[in-house]
Amino acid sequence: MALTLGFHIILASLGVAFPAMMLIANYIGLRRKDPVALELAQRWSKVAAVTFAVGAVTGTVLSFEFGLLWPEFTGKFGEVFGTAFAIEGLFFFTEAIFISIYIFGWKRLSGWVHFWTGVPIVIAGLGGAFSVVAVNSWMNQPDGFKLASDGTVTNVDPLDAIFNRATGYEVPHMILAAYLVTGFLVASVYAVGMLRGRRDRHHRLGLLIPLTVACIATPIQFAVGDTAARSIADDQPVKFAGMECVQKTSTHVPEYIFGRCTSEGVKGGIKIPGFDSFLVGWSTDTKVTGLDSVPSDARPPANTMLHWAFDTMVGICTLLIGLGLWLGLSWFRKRDIPKSPWFLRATAVSGLSAIVALECGWIVTEVGRQPWVVYNTMRTKDAVTDASGVWVSLSIVVLLYTALGIVTVLILRAMARRWRTAEIGDADVPYGPSPAPRAKEPS
Amino acid sequence: MSEADAVAAVLWLGATMYAVFGGADFGAGFWALVAGGGERGTRPRELIAWAIGPVWEANHVWLIFVLVVLWTAFSGAFAAIMSTLFIPLCLAALGIVLRGSGFAFQRVVTGAGERRLAEAAFAISSVLTPFFMGTVVGGIASGRVPTGNAQGDAVTSWLNPVSLLIGVLFVATGAYIAAVFLVSDARRYGDPELERYFANRALGAAVAAGAVAFAGIFVLRADARYIYDGLTSEALPLVLASAAFGLGALVLLWRGARRGVRPLAVGAVVAVIWGWGAAQYPYLLPKTLKIADGAAPSETLTAVLIVFGVAVAVVLPSLGLLYTLSQRSVLEEEAEG
Repeated sequence: MALTLGFHIILASLGVAFPAMMLIANYIGLRRKDPVALELAQRWSKVAAVTFAVGAVTGTVLSFEFGLLWPEFTGKFGEVFGTAFAIEGLFFFTEAIFISIYIFGWKRLSGWVHFWTGVPIVIAGLGGAFSVVAVNSWMNQPDGFKLASDGTVTNVDPLDAIFNRATGYEVPHMILAAYLVTGFLVASVYAVGMLRGRRDRHHRLGLLIPLTVACIATPIQFAVGDTAARSIADDQPVKFAGMECVQKTSTHVPEYIFGRCTSEGVKGGIKIPGFDSFLVGWSTDTKVTGLDSVPSDARPPANTMLHWAFDTMVGICTLLIGLGLWLGLSWFRKRDIPKSPWFLRATAVSGLSAIVALECGWIVTEVGRQPWVVYNTMRTKDAVTDASGVWVSLSIVVLLYTALGIVTVLILRAMARRWRTAEIGDADVPYGPSPAPRAKEPS
Repeated sequence: MSEADAVAAVLWLGATMYAVFGGADFGAGFWALVAGGGERGTRPRELIAWAIGPVWEANHVWLIFVLVVLWTAFSGAFAAIMSTLFIPLCLAALGIVLRGSGFAFQRVVTGAGERRLAEAAFAISSVLTPFFMGTVVGGIASGRVPTGNAQGDAVTSWLNPVSLLIGVLFVATGAYIAAVFLVSDARRYGDPELERYFANRALGAAVAAGAVAFAGIFVLRADARYIYDGLTSEALPLVLASAAFGLGALVLLWRGARRGVRPLAVGAVVAVIWGWGAAQYPYLLPKTLKIADGAAPSETLTAVLIVFGVAVAVVLPSLGLLYTLSQRSVLEEEAEG
């Protein structure tokens, strides 16, 4: 499940944010009558279709897994959180249909009408992300139901479940993450192209549009993430203690950057005295709840990994802000991207590092919540299936997803190759229109 | 009709859509499998790839829809089905991934050997996936899924006469619907030879599916008495309607009619699915869990119905727009050609 979700989260991010990049290119193309931007938008719409199709497959498998792996969880709480998934289904349908219409419309609709058929894709992407992340927020801050004394679920309120305490910070954090990952990832593809000497306008635009979006999103993400971390200190103090490896509840808690997390506190790493307390409550006198506040069987495992994941995420985000400042400064001074090849090299790795940050963030929220699947309500071990053979199916899943990942990359590379040589036909991608009937060969 | 019944009907609607459109996708894979190797099978396979291409794997949306409604509105039944029928469901999920990747791979690989491997993965999983889904349905219909976490037998719940019957029936009806669709696809593709090719196969598949369904009556009588009783009483009109549609489609195919085959063929399948639903009513899991007892609280059911209503209001017009656009472009292309 962790692997499939970890894979799906990348595709889903592309599904959420890529259409927005595509529409921006489309808008620039129409506004400035720029054929290069329009061509970019057209190609990106086809890439979006491919990632969407693969996302549909992984999404199907995920919905199987809800039952195959976690029947107790879904069986007990499905009626509470399920509505959010039903809403996500609605957005998913809309997104699929309008991707079709948009790809269809390239040669068949007038410019601005066509542009507007792309807008529902972006909205549906945001809505879909909202509904899915709302479920994850619910797992962190369960709401909208009561447990009767015999353990049955009563007083279900689907709206309260969707708008739980964590939705407010988790949803914007994830949506921004999607824009950030997509922006840096797409930009890094074009940065590699430019490093190889393809410095035409096509590559410049392909780099600038997503990179600008990502660079604007990054500082906002930093602020949102900071708010989220502080809310977690309130809402899930044990998760926060795990992230920062705070063993004992106390004030004047120091902040450690990296280091090894042991039962006596952090060994190694860079220590900033009192800073953790300061971050939580703007004063070093702030009391930070430690892991000792709950019995040892209610503490998250693998604290070093958790701590490192959190620090890596924050570290990468900081570096990416630096990249954004570099670009912003250069653009402000000479209306151009920085000349240095190091800028391109940094951009080229920004995509992968953004993915690393995304996965780290996901580790923080999921591992940090353990041993609970529904925070303070249901333990993960009580949610799992009693069916045998889970390990066999898990290993098969690992193999399959590796294959699927390779396939996706191969398809996209093949498309890029063809684009460099000749124009790709509409029909070569999913959701594209049917091509004209092939002329019959003389037989 | 209670709220729970309404949600069950929505669930059934999703299952119907998946059976028709997803079934057609799987069936196309079946024809790719039996098209034969080498040169001989190339042209039918090309047509199949052309016909599936535009909506590659999008029809799984219906499956996701069914699963989500099931776990939201009938969480207990969902948990029971997914844990007891763990093995066939895993295999079906495996098939879905293999199928999707295999189909995608066909388009990018260049080597002949790799290409054949991708085609084989696509074709074989297209047959195995609906078969395993059929065994799941058979397990449910024959009352082999008790409530609770993996309380049923992990093996006999899906390796039993009814499951095997419905597994084969799923493959056969998928192949039948796909062949009927492919006849009109071949016509649009401008290939009369392939049109005849698939018309013959549609006839064959219709006879095969009919025979399996007929044999099924006896299997159900012996092994799933509750469903049998339902099918021969409340659901009898639907069973008869299905037979009538099926025979009608057969006659039209025989006479080489251009219109009416598709609606009749789809009608025959839809009638069977709703016949099953009617026969099983009011049970969700026959003899163990009734719809009313397995349903989520009213608040959740209302929410699901509202979402469904909004979906109909949003999705149908969008689909209409897409359909209009695609029809217009077909007309344009014909005018240009």
